[in-house]
Amino acid sequence: MTEQSISITMTGSGGSGVMTAGNMLLDAAGRSGLFGIMTRSAGPQIRGGEAAAMLRLSNKPILSHKDQFDILLGIDWKNADLFASEIVLDNNSITIGETGIPQAFTESAGRHYELSVAEIAKQIPDGRANMVALGVAAKLISIPLSAIKEVLTKSLLKQKGEGAVRSSLEAVEAGMAAASAIPSIPAPTADPEAAANNWSITGNEACGMGAIRGGIRFVAAYPITPATEVLEWLATNLPKLGGKLVQAEDELASINQAIGASFGGVPSLTATSGPGIALMTESLGLSVASETPIVVIDVMRGGPSTGIPAKSEQSDLNIAVFGLHGDAPHVVTAPLTIADCLMTTQWSVYLAEKLQTPTIVLSDQALGQTRAVIPGVPDAGYEPERAIAVNPDKTYQRYADTENGVSPMSLPGTESGQYTADGLEHTQSGRPSSKAEDHHRQMNKRLRKIKGFDFGDNWAEASGDDDAEIAVLTWGSSFGAISQAVEELRQSGQKLRLIGVRLISPAQPERMKKLLNNVKKVLVIEQNHSGQFYHYLKAYYDLDAEIKSIAIPGPLPILPSQVRQYLRDWSQI
Amino acid sequence: MNLSMKTENTCPSLVAKDYRSDTKPVWCPGCGDFGVLLSLTKSLAELQLNPKNVAVISGIGCSSRIPAYLNTFGFHGVHGRALTIGTGLKVARPDLTVIVAGGDGDGFSIGGNHFLHACRRNVDMTYIVMDNELYGMTKGQASPTSAPDWEYGKLTPGGTHMKPFHPLVVGLASGANFIARVSGTNPNGAVPIISEAIRHPGFSLVHVLSPCITFNREQLEWKKMVRDAVVPTTNDAGKAARYLMSDDGFNLGILFKGDRLPYDLKSEKTVDGPADLEAQFSV
Ligand SMILES: Cc1ncc(C[n+]2csc(CCOP(=O)(O)OP(=O)(O)O)c2C)c(N)n1
Repeated sequence: MTEQSISITMTGSGGSGVMTAGNMLLDAAGRSGLFGIMTRSAGPQIRGGEAAAMLRLSNKPILSHKDQFDILLGIDWKNADLFASEIVLDNNSITIGETGIPQAFTESAGRHYELSVAEIAKQIPDGRANMVALGVAAKLISIPLSAIKEVLTKSLLKQKGEGAVRSSLEAVEAGMAAASAIPSIPAPTADPEAAANNWSITGNEACGMGAIRGGIRFVAAYPITPATEVLEWLATNLPKLGGKLVQAEDELASINQAIGASFGGVPSLTATSGPGIALMTESLGLSVASETPIVVIDVMRGGPSTGIPAKSEQSDLNIAVFGLHGDAPHVVTAPLTIADCLMTTQWSVYLAEKLQTPTIVLSDQALGQTRAVIPGVPDAGYEPERAIAVNPDKTYQRYADTENGVSPMSLPGTESGQYTADGLEHTQSGRPSSKAEDHHRQMNKRLRKIKGFDFGDNWAEASGDDDAEIAVLTWGSSFGAISQAVEELRQSGQKLRLIGVRLISPAQPERMKKLLNNVKKVLVIEQNHSGQFYHYLKAYYDLDAEIKSIAIPGPLPILPSQVRQYLRDWSQI
Repeated sequence: MNLSMKTENTCPSLVAKDYRSDTKPVWCPGCGDFGVLLSLTKSLAELQLNPKNVAVISGIGCSSRIPAYLNTFGFHGVHGRALTIGTGLKVARPDLTVIVAGGDGDGFSIGGNHFLHACRRNVDMTYIVMDNELYGMTKGQASPTSAPDWEYGKLTPGGTHMKPFHPLVVGLASGANFIARVSGTNPNGAVPIISEAIRHPGFSLVHVLSPCITFNREQLEWKKMVRDAVVPTTNDAGKAARYLMSDDGFNLGILFKGDRLPYDLKSEKTVDGPADLEAQFSV
């Protein structure tokens, strides 16, 4: 089955309900057996203000948008030009909407169809323009009315009653009727039966679910865009498993609450974004020194400082890997796709617990706040395997210098297991010490447990041609657009290898060496300004190949076309 | 009453020194914190708590060294965050007796925000603040409770000229459920009060006048200045506020005992496992 996909953006001003229409379109497409993603773009207003719902629907699971949108549908055009740099059109694209389409779009799109969804809505009692737009979009891309009906009933019946379902349906049908005047557009088709195993999920929800699967039962929360939904999803779902979530007074509190709960033996987590991770760094060090496992999810946004809260960037690698003072070995992971947010978070809980150290999960806004229809993701099977001291006696030492560096932890309530966890350097028993021998012994032990651990195959995802001389190395959400570009180029005959690194720290130079066998040129692509991943690779990996950095800062997502261009330029040199 | 206080879990045979570890305190001779250590071990013995069911959590400072001197579980964290570690532990492990301890700088300056919210949240734990009106560990700077005209603070020569922080009034206004003042110079007098603070449900604040005669010789006088409060314990926050606002800071006793229910996160398990959460994602 070859991949067919269609991309559509709906825009509208404050209160036009564009996101509702977009979500319903994605859900209806999901019910009809399609896969897809929906990203959202909005002005800085909290409520209202201009917004765009950007969808791509396909007969196969997809990881990113295409370069252009096929359809731009305006519920209205007020301020729609603000999105001109994000909504790329070409002469195969069509625009639909009332008169007054912004010039930015008339110049690029091939055809324009005049159709005012607002006018049509006025003809219907309680008719809403966004529901008319939903009907127009559904008709154009051949989503059956029955799927829309199911979605409307599911989302409106309970909250707003039968009347709302009826008037919305009428508006959708009116939209469908109006769209029949527009020549139909080749759209992907799918088997509705296949939908039974598919999920509609955001990256943030996926992190939450991965955390619960991994065994997290205590969460401390302080809201911050774009991580809040991880915490909000956990706030309603964690208690169902007997877990607890506390809203903390700030991030200094949230990370330390997590440390306290974990000291009590309960796998614990907090989630935040750049400004929060900055506040947490001192206590990340406490987690390292006291060997109390915690998981911190950083859903990255544009930085530094308050930066660009609702837009994606991969610029917290440095703080996550190097932000802690002292020599503080810990683990940093990064999911590559929305589906991977589940596995990577679950694995990260396992790693934190196994190694008794903090694990930072670097997700990003593009993963976290994008909703996708994907095949359901099975449980990866990782469960907490914290080494617990059983029947400790008088000789028990919390920080015993064991062979693999992991020392069994005694939990409060354990007979003869009392000890004091400490961020001060300490002896094996935990007594504060500033002696060189104790410091060296404990530093070696903390490093050994991480360096010596076999992280297995999860450390990276490799695909493409084994005999390729060019490899692309990336991490995080950029993996989506890059996979798309690499696949396209490979289909046109170019030999390429793609490596998405999931385990950022500790570095795995031996494993990388094997993957880069034969490779002569490496292109490192990431979404930040200074090439943080590139410099990290240069410092911690022993790469024989010629290596080039492509660092493109946010807030705009990296597009497959950019990647193709870089790869063409690079391969010709 | 938490599980660790139930008779079947207690240890009637232990005496105060059974709650001490063999680690020697770093404190200077004459430090009020010795008195607190003695009072606390006596209280734990009086309550017959099993040391394995008690966790003492602290931040950073001379006073915050106290967990290592006890034979209970302990956590010596980072500066200012003791209450937050205690909160996480107690919420996750309600069966334990959680005691948080530290200095006035740790609790009211760098940790001031957590103090307010710990009072509001009212988690069932006891907070013992050893107040010496200065930073001892960093060798004698002013703290939030220093007198405005204390001339010898090393970063505030000539005085702070700031109004001292009033822990008990702030604690009361923020919702602490039990408020008491004791003195490190009178360990035996503090024992029943600390015991009552541990027993009382919700967030209990025990403010200890704990002299540091190394950096403020005048505090040698505290021993003579403290006296038992002449008012009975009240559950009327208005009365307690008036009293606390007008006393001279040397009246010892239980000054407020509220009846707010402690923080309780209801989390009844309603599903068997994570797989039962998956249905919500079905398209
Ligand atoms: C983040 C941070 N800032 C500063 C310090 C240095 N420091 C250690 S203890 C302390 C103040 C201690 O004063 P207090 O809490 O009153 O306790 P005391 O030593 O008087 O018992 C300071 C500022 C630190 N350890 N960490």
